[in-house]
Amino acid sequence: MSAYTVIGEIQNGNLSAMTAQAVGAVVNLGGTCHIIVLGQDPASAAKTAASIEGVEQVTAIRGEGFATYDSQAWAGAIDAVAEQGHIAALATPLGMDLTARLAAVRGIGIVQDVIGITDENGLSFDRPVYAGKAIQAISANGPTAFTLRGNTFAPAGGGGNAGISIVDHSAEPSVAIKEAITQASERIDVSEANIIISGGRGMGGPSNFSHLEKIADHLGAAVGASRAAVDAWDEISHSIQIGQTGKTVNPSLYIAVGISGAIQHLAGMRTSKFIVAINKDPDAPIFKHADYGIVSTWEDALPALESSLAELLSN
Amino acid sequence: MKVAALIKQVPDTTAKIILSGGGLDESNIKWSMSPFDEYALEAALSHAEAHGGEVIAITFGPERADKMLKDAAAVGAKHLFRIWNDGADALDALGVAAALAEVASSEGAEMIFTGKASADLNMSATGPGVATALNWPCISFVSEYNNDSAVRVGPAGKERVSLPKNCVITCDKGLPDLRRANVKGIMMAKKATIQLSAPTASTSNTEAGNLSSPPEKQPGRTFEGADSVSEVVQLLRNDAKVI
Repeated sequence: MSAYTVIGEIQNGNLSAMTAQAVGAVVNLGGTCHIIVLGQDPASAAKTAASIEGVEQVTAIRGEGFATYDSQAWAGAIDAVAEQGHIAALATPLGMDLTARLAAVRGIGIVQDVIGITDENGLSFDRPVYAGKAIQAISANGPTAFTLRGNTFAPAGGGGNAGISIVDHSAEPSVAIKEAITQASERIDVSEANIIISGGRGMGGPSNFSHLEKIADHLGAAVGASRAAVDAWDEISHSIQIGQTGKTVNPSLYIAVGISGAIQHLAGMRTSKFIVAINKDPDAPIFKHADYGIVSTWEDALPALESSLAELLSN
Repeated sequence: MKVAALIKQVPDTTAKIILSGGGLDESNIKWSMSPFDEYALEAALSHAEAHGGEVIAITFGPERADKMLKDAAAVGAKHLFRIWNDGADALDALGVAAALAEVASSEGAEMIFTGKASADLNMSATGPGVATALNWPCISFVSEYNNDSAVRVGPAGKERVSLPKNCVITCDKGLPDLRRANVKGIMMAKKATIQLSAPTASTSNTEAGNLSSPPEKQPGRTFEGADSVSEVVQLLRNDAKVI
């Protein structure tokens, strides 16, 4: 039976909810699962990690130095406590960066952004390449570090009761923060959201994104944007850009509003489980990729969408 | 000082990807520098200008990548290196990173810039892999750079960080676009020589297999006008069960 170490990300002191997806994926492969979390004060995240079903042990690495992200220090600390075997994390920016460094430190394989995994005398992976226009198969010869695309693997349930050990570590980051520029948005990040509503250039101007936000509030959704919108309007942050030069998302529902459906955008959202497109141009390429396409201006469609949702969700 | 830009030639992001025999059909592909590597090259050039240095451009790839190196020379890269040999295409991502690190190190690079991911295979391993091989820190997902500090996306949001003396920077959108070549640059690039070397590593921990097409999406349903919105909302609840 293969041994897996899952790296749990801590966000605002809490364990990333996506960690359970990585646990679900490795338990499904029939492996043992240990979780490592690290931070200044990882106790609360470790407790959450211990409650995930299928987790056998949680190691929390604690150190003042972990206030700053430094892949060299972090990978060194994880390498010191993680047992030999496979390493799994979510394919978030930090997850991919840290996992690649850890793989390099250990001299094992790295496979990022995995959407399918099997274990038949060794791990085999499927991952999107060429902006999702093809799927690449990769087989591993031995222990492998890999990152899993979010919302792709069924999460493990709760009710676990794993032991927690806390290890103190005096990491000295070689990277120093001079200034925090923006706090992480209070709105849910697009790469973790289960529902996303995105706007493109067709929204006409950045202030009109408030209409998307209202609908997002009804659905508990994240708001995203196309590259065209991010490039055109400074008010629309690159952090919500979905596409080849932005984030890749995989929600259960993706609503594209005023987005034509350029290849660049499709690369970031085509694996969404259900896609709704609202566009006034019946020939917009996005309609070819939509499960439901609504030919309408956003000015007409969004108020109707908001009132329909309000009615539905109040019942 | 020497500043290295690690750049990769990839199918242009607008290229149609056609598969044949489990691999990429390269016959009609237009090749371009990977977009994030363009940011890296520009940042390297700007860093070298600010600190008085020269940019070395290094790529891992077959002969066709010479054109991209010449393009890099046309905008100001002084020394061009290409790593390749028979069988090099079987090397895994960290093997490639080790080969790039070896050339950068032997050429005396003090800072190394590369894209946060390549637009083709998207493995996001070059920056961390090179930094590990050199035992340097790596500052990833940098969207703003001013030669003595960088803005990156950290766990708590955007933050400005100081730059260690030697480090690897992986470049994200937000950095200045790559400058355009002028006539003088293009003339100089014609005369630029490319130094070819072979990767020393020959074993890989992972093996890339076949490429396949993603599953085709079933055709969807189209609705006309905003009056259909309430019906769509009902369908999302009752049929698709996503809200």
